[in-house]
Amino acid sequence: MTPLCEFRHVGFAYPVGAHGRPPFEIRDLSFSLVPGEVLGLIGPNAAGKTTVIRLLSRVLDPSRGEIFLAGRQASRLGRAAVARQVAIVPQDVPQGFPYTVEQLVLMGRFPHAPGRFFENREDLEIAREAMAITGVETLAAEPLDRLSGGERQRVVLARALAQRPRLLVLDEPTAHLDLRYQAECVALLRRLHKDDGLGILLVSHDLNLAAEVSDRLLLMAGGAAVSAGTPEDVMQESVLEAVYGCRVVVDKHPATRRPTVNVVWPDGR
Amino acid sequence: MTGGARLAWICGGLFVILSVVALGSLLVGAAPVPPGTVFDLITGRGPGQGTERTVVFAIRLPRIAAAVLAGAALAVAGAGFQGLTRNPLADPSILGVSGGAAFGVVLGQVSGLGQGIVEGLGLTALGFAGALVAGAAVYLIASTAGGLPVHTLLLAGVIVGIFFSAAITVLISIVDTNRLGGVIHWLLGSVAPIPPGALGVFALATAAGLWLVLGQARALNLLALGDEGALELGVDAQRVKRRIFAGAALLTGTVVAFVGPIGFVGLVVPQALRMLLGPDNRVLVPAALLAGGAFLLAADTLARTVVAPAELSVGVLTSFCGAPVFIWLLRSRAGRTSP
Repeated sequence: MTPLCEFRHVGFAYPVGAHGRPPFEIRDLSFSLVPGEVLGLIGPNAAGKTTVIRLLSRVLDPSRGEIFLAGRQASRLGRAAVARQVAIVPQDVPQGFPYTVEQLVLMGRFPHAPGRFFENREDLEIAREAMAITGVETLAAEPLDRLSGGERQRVVLARALAQRPRLLVLDEPTAHLDLRYQAECVALLRRLHKDDGLGILLVSHDLNLAAEVSDRLLLMAGGAAVSAGTPEDVMQESVLEAVYGCRVVVDKHPATRRPTVNVVWPDGR
Repeated sequence: MTGGARLAWICGGLFVILSVVALGSLLVGAAPVPPGTVFDLITGRGPGQGTERTVVFAIRLPRIAAAVLAGAALAVAGAGFQGLTRNPLADPSILGVSGGAAFGVVLGQVSGLGQGIVEGLGLTALGFAGALVAGAAVYLIASTAGGLPVHTLLLAGVIVGIFFSAAITVLISIVDTNRLGGVIHWLLGSVAPIPPGALGVFALATAAGLWLVLGQARALNLLALGDEGALELGVDAQRVKRRIFAGAALLTGTVVAFVGPIGFVGLVVPQALRMLLGPDNRVLVPAALLAGGAFLLAADTLARTVVAPAELSVGVLTSFCGAPVFIWLLRSRAGRTSP
């Protein structure tokens, strides 16, 4: 099976920072993601998770190695072609101009016909379907700045679904969600990748969420892959303690038997 | 209703408003011409010559055309700059772009360019060049790693504007002190009848600028998501920004070359339309074209009639309208969104 995306020995360095800090690098990163798979990308701050997202969406291009999307070199694909394969769900969207929910979701149709001035009926149908899936169809006419953080997050997810991508990249999908919506979000992700064979790259600080929904985990630190494999393989106390620099206890979720992690707070009680 | 149908209704409505304003403007003026005579003249049944014919065809109609073109161009430029900077307070005059264009045009005028077709082209080119230089300077001063902060952008615009107005004063003082009066009147912005050939240049340059902005209108919507957000959705953000910037600068330079740096039209018109019609640039830009034309024509008609037979500068009138709107915006919207 051709992977939806594959990083082959990818390297990238930002230009030397204006703040005098040593430049951050991605070093020799290789991984792949096949259709229908959920890959959890985890790691501490400054591990390089955001840079991986930027490389995938071609906001940045690698300085070494090559990224393949469905078997084709990403550097040879146009921007719109990349956006038809890979949809990014950012943590939030700017709200300088008060677009409505429907207008924002329709923006997801841009890569399918960049030259079209107005979206056509098919675009509108796909956008409405995406809004229905994430449960925001009743908000269609609302301006974005009147929504709660959780509602906006589901709107942004609808926009990504309207892109009809093959790979969905979620950047901290539960950051603004309370417990109930976190649970709904997880259920939604499960349904999506089961129904459509959608590949999902889940980028998250939340190790327990990643372990719960991912088929495989990729643990990064300092711009390189540290460990990769099933959640049980990667969620090892010794590995996590070395990467995060604090004491942890790995256990099993009482209901799902997936690995969970808890920090042992420094006062030791 | 589909996007196209909605746009057609909005543009139809605005076109009717523009036509009514134009008709009103054709009927009033310092020289009394009875409405019946005006109708006879424009329908081709009037006298073949005479004062009244001159007033309608050589004074009022060209002036109406110039005012509509200038207002349309400024409003589209304003909408473009606002989308480009993601800032509802942007406008050619506030960003100092008009100042740069004015410097280019004065440079042409003091070296003897007048109102012929070729000379009109020359002045437009100089205005365009001045607008590009000023816009680039403002961008370089205001841009930080994180983008374009609202207050830095406004300050940079003011500074660049002051610099160019000082440069203009120096230029004029060096060349001929006696001509200062006329240039000051032009610098305030005033619509005068323009010869047909030059009017054609004005219309073509406006059409070119409109094409550059309108062609990128859908992508400009996505630019509201930030450069990175737009790139993720397949927008070539740099290319879109270059085109919008070139289009808005061309429109600004052209207006300044023909009627002077009229302020605030580019701020007030797109802002009012955005409140009525929403932020979609595919609707906003064509609507700004028509509404901007109607707005400046109405202002110019007032400017030439309220103190007739004397005249006010239309730029003075638009500034009287625009300054309170700007203050209100600064207090409400920008106060919330700026860092």
